[in-house]
Amino acid sequence: MRLFGWGRKKQDAQSAEPSPAKASASELESRVQDGAGQDAGKDAGKDAGQTEASPAEQTEARKDERPQSSGDQQEATAAPAKKTGDKPRASWAQRLRQGLAKSSSRLGAGLTGLFSGGRIDDDALEELEDQLIMGDLGVEPAAKIVAELRRQRFGQEASDQEFRQALASIIADMLEPVAYALDIKNQHRPHILLVTGVNGAGKTTTIGKLASQFQAQGAKVMLAAADTYRAAAVGQLQIWAERASVPIVTGAERADPAAVAYQAVERARAEGVDVLIVDTAGRLHNKADLMAELQKIVRVIKKLDDSAPHDTLLVLDATTGQNAINQVKTFKELIDVSGLIVTKLDGTARGGVVVGLADRFGLPIHAIGVGEAMEDLSPFDPQAFAKALVDLEE
Amino acid sequence: MFEGLGNRLTGIFDGLRGRGALSEEDVKKAMREIRVALLEADVALPVAKAFIDRVREKAVGQEVIRSISPGQMVVKIVSDELVRMLGSEASELKLMGEPPLVYLMVGLQGAGKTTTTGKLGKRLKERDRKKVLMASLDTRRPAAQEQLAVLGQQTGVDTLPIVPDETPVAITKRAQTVARMQGYDVLILDTAGRLSIDLELMQEVRSVRAVCKPVETLLVVDAMTGQDAVQTGKAFHEALDLTGIVLTRIDGDARGGAALSMREVTGCPIKLIGEGEGMDALDVFHPERIANRILGMGDVVSLVEKAAEHFEEEEAEKIAKRLQKGKFDLNDLASQLKQMQNMGGMGALMKMLPGGAKMQAAMKGANIDDNHIKRQLAIISSMTPAERSKPELMKASRKQRVANGSGTSVQDVNKLLKQFNDAAKMMKRMKKMGKKGGGGGFPGMGGGMPPGFGGPGGGMPPMGGGGFPGLGGR
Repeated sequence: MRLFGWGRKKQDAQSAEPSPAKASASELESRVQDGAGQDAGKDAGKDAGQTEASPAEQTEARKDERPQSSGDQQEATAAPAKKTGDKPRASWAQRLRQGLAKSSSRLGAGLTGLFSGGRIDDDALEELEDQLIMGDLGVEPAAKIVAELRRQRFGQEASDQEFRQALASIIADMLEPVAYALDIKNQHRPHILLVTGVNGAGKTTTIGKLASQFQAQGAKVMLAAADTYRAAAVGQLQIWAERASVPIVTGAERADPAAVAYQAVERARAEGVDVLIVDTAGRLHNKADLMAELQKIVRVIKKLDDSAPHDTLLVLDATTGQNAINQVKTFKELIDVSGLIVTKLDGTARGGVVVGLADRFGLPIHAIGVGEAMEDLSPFDPQAFAKALVDLEE
Repeated sequence: MFEGLGNRLTGIFDGLRGRGALSEEDVKKAMREIRVALLEADVALPVAKAFIDRVREKAVGQEVIRSISPGQMVVKIVSDELVRMLGSEASELKLMGEPPLVYLMVGLQGAGKTTTTGKLGKRLKERDRKKVLMASLDTRRPAAQEQLAVLGQQTGVDTLPIVPDETPVAITKRAQTVARMQGYDVLILDTAGRLSIDLELMQEVRSVRAVCKPVETLLVVDAMTGQDAVQTGKAFHEALDLTGIVLTRIDGDARGGAALSMREVTGCPIKLIGEGEGMDALDVFHPERIANRILGMGDVVSLVEKAAEHFEEEEAEKIAKRLQKGKFDLNDLASQLKQMQNMGGMGALMKMLPGGAKMQAAMKGANIDDNHIKRQLAIISSMTPAERSKPELMKASRKQRVANGSGTSVQDVNKLLKQFNDAAKMMKRMKKMGKKGGGGGFPGMGGGMPPGFGGPGGGMPPMGGGGFPGLGGR
């Protein structure tokens, strides 16, 4: 199972250019099946709440009390974070759709009945625009999508299904150019990943997931705990490091994060590490001093390796609304973010802001987080994402 | 937060105000613009729609179009509606009842629950003089319990000792027992972040709620939240019967639509706002003041309160007395600079002034920041006591020495001295004004803030007579 393009082995070596993650949901499903065993093969669908549960989870005390409702398929993704994540799970496509189901069920429900007349007319399009806005797509991208649908289909008769397909394909087209797997190239050793974001976006959790996935692919991984500000942030990363059994470099509390990063790079070099992932403190993008601190981390890393950081990731919370645009803009300007990871897509948030971001910045979206367990970080698949967003069965 | 929305609305209002008469089409257009402004500020669509409908209804009812200054009228209606939506009065936390009072903090992952719990503990302990115990029920996120323990150490608020592998309900019971036995007034329970659709976890927090019977169940929400605010607010409210909302990260540049949505959807008041990383950065939410900030009218009331809170009265009286004797020396200037620092620095103050956003921009342009205050303090503290009380002693060699000692240049020292002279002059002027009964400058500040914090660019452009405009008493 190779979710990310880490390719030390010859046959997997990627070209220097990052390659779009074209894997269809079904391919991915089968991959996960190979890697993760019994449950993965079961069909994505209504009974996910049951199929998804591992034996260990079924012993959970409150399992029986769960109301049998449509909520079942949704909660499944979020429930089992207590586990360390090494248990077999549902396929990620299934999980993504479950995750997005909350998003799309509303958007989907909003769409249902739009075309009771069967014709794509002004009223229907206006209503559609509202629905898209409610999906956090933002006013401009929503207008753009509606305009495109109008151009393609105005006045035509369309079934609900056809209409959704048309919509999904427009959204997927917008997302296609930004779907790049995180490509860890061979030429840098260590390949340095700097992970940034505002407070509470999910940086540390994402790093834990990245570390275990790289590790599982045979890469030698090291973590650097450069969040020296938030209480117990280092401890949190340490626990993830233990879970993934990778070494971690820490500094004293309130130590200069740049110094921690520097030490980590030195040590990673000395120990022949393949991937060094640097955690940073959460910071609001409008705080000049904190952003300057981040720039300093980058500068200091560059002292040891001029080409580093080889990937500067911005972690975005999917519940974030239009402010995500300001976040991306500022982080991109100041530390040259190279790609995005969108987290918490398993909530009620629809992640529609991703469409707006793709449209506006064209920054690669490397992966999405759909749960709290180790494997709940998946490459970004525009087709599956768009379909899930408009609640289209595959 | 909110400035973005404010700027947009101001633009729309300016367009309206400028007109002598408004056609129905004009109003329609303005409403469309307001709608987009609200949506781009992340106000949830149903909430934005309802808002526009109410404004339109009132506008039509009051026959705005035929009134003398129709634009002004629409502006007023929008402002009123905004205030109404945010809630008209600040609502305080419940502090009465049989101790220990339990506060339950809930919310999504990464909303800021633990940090808020730490801040709230500190606030209740220091401001309300309560004996506070904090306990983390977050058995899921790695090191979450340790995080709260560390925050407790930092703020001097007690936390429940951590026992590994306890369930949240068991921790709750133990916390209550400890709180009762040891006579705590308030017990704050921090919970794990959870999705509103995670039935298992929602059930868990419901069980906790049933056990601890909280007087406050506070939903902690990130101010940057998008349209999802509606679902989250609704789901948590239905499951847990919230009593209030805490809005975090309002120091970001989000336009804060989540605040409006949450308030409208849950009907719960926003009780507290988190406005920074410092453990003091938690404040009561004053709807009308925030509405004023959104509408660009400044928040002078908060400013005055903040001043009163941080300005030690004795200090103020001392300065006031010295001023009356016509004495104002560098010690006084230093003390005022320190007060400013305590109040959160220039930026924080500027935000609360009418038109403050513009001033802030000007400050940025002139490269004035809080380090500037720090440097000025360094210069003053490099002087001898004699020099501080008699600044006229400062001649070339002394200036050189002070510059060396403070790590600045002679020019910097000169600038400070010039500012001091300006300030002294202004103090005299204010004293005269005070005698005429015209009001004595900055309330509670012993007569005026030090004027002209001239940065490298020299002086602050749009600052009136070097002081803070609009603050001269009444």
